[in-house]
Amino acid sequence: MDILLQQIINGLTTGSVYAVVALGYTMVYGVIQLINFAHGEVVMIGAMVAFTIITALAGTAMPPTFIVLAGVLAAIPVCMGIGYSLERIAYRPLRHAPRLAPLITAIGMSIILQHIALLIWGRNPLAFPQIIDNPSFNIGGAAISGVQIAIIMLSLLMMGGLSWFVYRTRFGIAIRATAENVHVAGLMGINADRVIAATFVIGAGLGAVAGVMFGTYYGIAHYTMGFTLGLKAFSAAVLGGIGNLPGAMVGGILLGLVEALGSGYIGDLTNLCHWPGATSWMGERCANGADFVVFGSNYQDVFAFLMLILVLVFRPSGLLGERVSERA
Amino acid sequence: MSEVLLEARNIGKRFGGVQALKDVSLTIRPREIYGLIGPNGAGKTTLFNVFTGLYPRDGGEVLLNGKPLSLESPHTVAAAGIARTFQNIRLFNNMTAIENVMVGRHVRTKAGVFGAILHTRAERAEEAAIRRRAEELLHYVGIADRAHSLARHLSYGDQRRLEIARALATDPILLALDEPAAGMNATETVALRALIEGLRNDGLTVLLIEHDVKLVMGLCDRVAVLEYGQKIAEDVPEVVRANPKVIEAYLGTSAH
Repeated sequence: MDILLQQIINGLTTGSVYAVVALGYTMVYGVIQLINFAHGEVVMIGAMVAFTIITALAGTAMPPTFIVLAGVLAAIPVCMGIGYSLERIAYRPLRHAPRLAPLITAIGMSIILQHIALLIWGRNPLAFPQIIDNPSFNIGGAAISGVQIAIIMLSLLMMGGLSWFVYRTRFGIAIRATAENVHVAGLMGINADRVIAATFVIGAGLGAVAGVMFGTYYGIAHYTMGFTLGLKAFSAAVLGGIGNLPGAMVGGILLGLVEALGSGYIGDLTNLCHWPGATSWMGERCANGADFVVFGSNYQDVFAFLMLILVLVFRPSGLLGERVSERA
Repeated sequence: MSEVLLEARNIGKRFGGVQALKDVSLTIRPREIYGLIGPNGAGKTTLFNVFTGLYPRDGGEVLLNGKPLSLESPHTVAAAGIARTFQNIRLFNNMTAIENVMVGRHVRTKAGVFGAILHTRAERAEEAAIRRRAEELLHYVGIADRAHSLARHLSYGDQRRLEIARALATDPILLALDEPAAGMNATETVALRALIEGLRNDGLTVLLIEHDVKLVMGLCDRVAVLEYGQKIAEDVPEVVRANPKVIEAYLGTSAH
């Protein structure tokens, strides 16, 4: 099996999920300069709702694709409703408050949503019922599964759709105008409240689909899954340049790739017994082909945050980010 | 149409202990070019910001076509028919020229999220109409060839023109220009003057704040002078120019 190609495929899969989640962070940030830390929880609830529906329908005679689709279609409006409520209840009243206040509210909403999920679904992970057979295809010595293909295609489709919406439609122009200067946009008759609410709703809708994809890929959904996923997607958004849509897409995919390649190779690279001259200083511990691995693939999560730190140190505005725009 | 297009009555505005505007009243007639001049800090831009809903006022009222104007938010003022440009140009820099103008059409059209997503036939037709109108306006102000350049890549004079085109896109009855000639060279100023006269000839009323007294005196039908937040004169340019108070405000009191 070709490890490089295999890890690239795996990285593209998780990376495209990160990218879709990152879009939710970056859209909201672009318009109101708020990090919506509750976004990860919205994604989690999307997965939970979809899993509940899928589990409920799993016993019926309906075709599996239809069941999964029903789960996704149920998750999207629920998440959109949560996204809208978050903006109305938690952020709009604080629109003109100092920036720290909505940030703390965002963290608070994240905790609240997590515990609502805990109350509804309990502390045990929900398992994805075995209803679809997941065919595996061989390309160049690596395996790619049907689910992986579906995730990558669907993510690309959503990214393309969002780009079209933001760059080609009138409402998209209004979103970009509000992001650049909310006061002048108001003078042009753009209702900032509607635009801001729309970014939350759209981001949450994308997040719902991302949550289902992520849960399906790993086979489980859990009430804490939004935390790490959200943090990684946020890192991806910062990596690409927060507030920048193409940046979130590039950042997400890049983060997925780095993470997959990192966890794929770190075991080999830190296997001291494979280092030159190991026998002399490792002695007995490497005898008979034994391994001595310092960092295993369980260090996967380190790469995302290591990359975030490097970007913040060397290029704080992100890969595609511009200098912080001058605001009137 | 009434004889008076816009009437401001006893407008007041305080910033903390500073009385920026005190009982300012003025009347702007339909299809005139009305100049507002005054020394630095006299309150010209403050008055502008009150008119366009950017600042809440502390007293007085504004009537547009005899009806009280709601100054609650920039969005309602735009809908009522007042459009403005800014002293320091405020375009959407990362959008193209034509997109900037299309944004201006927002106030006259309804664009919903779902219409945009579904992209219905009605939505497509409206979008096409908006694009056509935006092209016309760019042509009108003379920058049709720069339609697809990013606003920040335009020359300074073209940015001023683009800002005017964007304001015109809101179909205003009163166009308020805040120091449009600031930073322009002589050629650009002449072209600007022709543009403003053209706007008036096409039926628009123009409120002009300007530092360039020569431009104001040559272009405006009537002129008001502000000093320390109060109106000290309002009349045709010849009369205002001869007003001793105005001369004093601009040249100081050494003559006395």
